[in-house]
Amino acid sequence: MALTNERIKERLIEKFGGEITGMEEPYGMLTFTVPAAMNLKVMQFLFDDAELNFRFLTDLTGANFPDRKGEELSVVYHLHNLQANVRIRMKVFVPVEKPDVFSATAVFAGANWMERETFDFYGLNFVGHPNLKRILNVDEMDYFPMRKEFPLEDQSRTDKDDEMFGRGGSQF
Amino acid sequence: MSEHINLPEGSIEKQTTTVNLGPTHPATHGVFQNIIELDGEVVVSAEATVGYIHRAFEKIAERRPYTQIQPLTDRLNYCSAPINNMGWLITVEKLCGIKLPKRVDYLRVIIMELSRIADHIICNAIIVADTGALTPFTYFMQLRELAYEIFEEVCGSRLTTNIGRFGGFERNFSAVAWDKIDQFIERFPPALKEFETLCNRNRIFMERTQGCGPISAERALSYSFTGPNLRAAGVDYDVRVASPYSSYEDFEFNIPVGTTGDVYDRFMVRNGEMHESLSILKQAVAKIKALEEADPSVKDVYYSTEAKHLHLPEKPDVYTKMEALIYHFKIVMGELEVPSGEVYHSVEGGNGEVGYYLISDGGRTPYRLHFRRPCFIYYQAYPEIIKGSMLSDAVITMSSLNLIAGEMDA
Repeated sequence: MALTNERIKERLIEKFGGEITGMEEPYGMLTFTVPAAMNLKVMQFLFDDAELNFRFLTDLTGANFPDRKGEELSVVYHLHNLQANVRIRMKVFVPVEKPDVFSATAVFAGANWMERETFDFYGLNFVGHPNLKRILNVDEMDYFPMRKEFPLEDQSRTDKDDEMFGRGGSQF
Repeated sequence: MSEHINLPEGSIEKQTTTVNLGPTHPATHGVFQNIIELDGEVVVSAEATVGYIHRAFEKIAERRPYTQIQPLTDRLNYCSAPINNMGWLITVEKLCGIKLPKRVDYLRVIIMELSRIADHIICNAIIVADTGALTPFTYFMQLRELAYEIFEEVCGSRLTTNIGRFGGFERNFSAVAWDKIDQFIERFPPALKEFETLCNRNRIFMERTQGCGPISAERALSYSFTGPNLRAAGVDYDVRVASPYSSYEDFEFNIPVGTTGDVYDRFMVRNGEMHESLSILKQAVAKIKALEEADPSVKDVYYSTEAKHLHLPEKPDVYTKMEALIYHFKIVMGELEVPSGEVYHSVEGGNGEVGYYLISDGGRTPYRLHFRRPCFIYYQAYPEIIKGSMLSDAVITMSSLNLIAGEMDA
C-alpha cells in the first residue's frame, strides 16, 4: 500500500495525539509542527517505524518570525522516505530568549553541519550537538545575521531612500 | 619511530604531523581548508573548514525581487549554473502554479543535460589529472567549450549563465544554437569514447582509484549524500526519476550505480551519466522536432502564456512601446504577483539534489529562501572517508567528491 499523507497523519496522531499541531499540505507536502521538547522523539519514531521509514534528512534549516511572540525562531526539517518516495516537513518553534532544540546528530550524521549552519545564522542552540560552533561566518562574530532584526545594509544611511525598493523601512 | 633518532629532549611534542590542505592549495580546487593530522603518510584525523567565500546569498535574497535572485543561483555551483537557474525558476513557477508547454520543458531539459555533461567533464577530467594524467584534462575539456558555446548562443553568457526566465526562456533558440547542439551531439560521443579508452580500463588508473576513499550506502544515506556520490555507493536515488520536473517523466534513461562508493565508482557513475545525458539530449531534440512537425506554430513557443505577467517583454518592444517599457520596469523592480506560501522544490544538480526552500509572504521579495546545497552537506563526511588512508588518496578522494567552494559557502 502506498504511503499517503493521510496514512502518515493517522500514524502520527495515533502515536503522539494532540502534541502534533499545524497539519497542512502546502503544494502536496505534509507539514506539521511538533513541540521543541519532542522533536527527537518524533524524528526517531519516523525513522524507526517500519511503515513510515523516514530515513533520509534532505534538509535542515531555520527561520525567524519576529512577530510571533514565544515562537520567534523555527527549525524546519525536510525528511524523505526514499522507498515510498514521500517527503514531509517537520517544524519546531522556540522562543528567541531560550532557543534550545535537541540535536538530530544522533539520528542523522548529516545533521551535524546543517545544525552548525543554522546555529551560525539564527543562534539556535542544538542541545547535544558534538561540535556546535560557527561554520560559514567568522568565529568572532557576536550576532546572528539571518535574524530579521539584523539589517542587510547599514540602516543609518541617509543618502538612500528605500521606500520604493526592497523591503523598505528599518525593521528588515 | 622517533626512538631511533637521537633528538634533544622535548624537541618533539607530538607524534603526528599537521598538514594544511588549503585554503589555497592545488589539491582543493576551490577555497576551503583541511587540517590533516598525519602519522607518516597515513591520515589520522582531519578537520574541514569552510566559509572562505561565504557571500550571504540567503540574506541578500530576502531583500531582492524574485527576478534578481536568479543571478545569485549561478554563483552557487558555477560548474552547472544552468541547472541551478532552472531549479530556482521551477520553484517559483511551482509557487505561482504555472504550467509550462511541453516544448519549453524539453528546451530546459536540453540545457540542463548539457550542463550536467559540462559538470561531469570537469569533475572526471580533474580526478584523472589528480592521479597524474593531464592528457584528458587538456583534451577532453575542449568538449565543455562546445557546451558553453551553446549556452552563449542561447543566453549570452558562458559560466554564470542566468539562463531562462519565469515561465520559459528570454528568447527562442536561434538556428545557430540548434546547429551547435547538433554539432555537440555529433562530436561528443567519439571524444567520450576516447576518454574512456584512456582511463576506464587503464591499469594504473584502476589501481590508483579502486578501493580509495570508499563510503558505504548506509553511511552515505546517513550523511544525506545525493547525486553521483550517493549512486556510486549503490543507492539509485535520482531526483529526475523520484520526483520528475520539467517533463523528465517523458524520457527513457538509466541511472548508473556503483557498488563500493570509492573514487573509481564515482568516476564510472559520472561517466555513465554522461552517456545517459547524451541520450536524453538526443531524445529531447527528437521530441521537439516531433512537436514541431505535428504543429508548426509550436516553433515560436518559448515561454508559457500563463506566465505572461512574469515574462520580460521583447527588447525591441521595450525600446519602442510604452506599455512594454512599463511592464519591463515593473518586472525588474519586482512588482510580481506572487502568492504567499511555502514550497520546497529540488532538481538533480551536477553533484546532487539542489533544493530551494522558499517561504513567501506575498511580498516583493521572499520572506525566507534556503538553498539546499548538496556539496555543503556531503563534504562533512570527508574526514570520516579519508581516515586511515594515505595523504595522496585523500587528495583524489577530494577531487572525486566534486566539491565546489561556491556551492559549499553560498
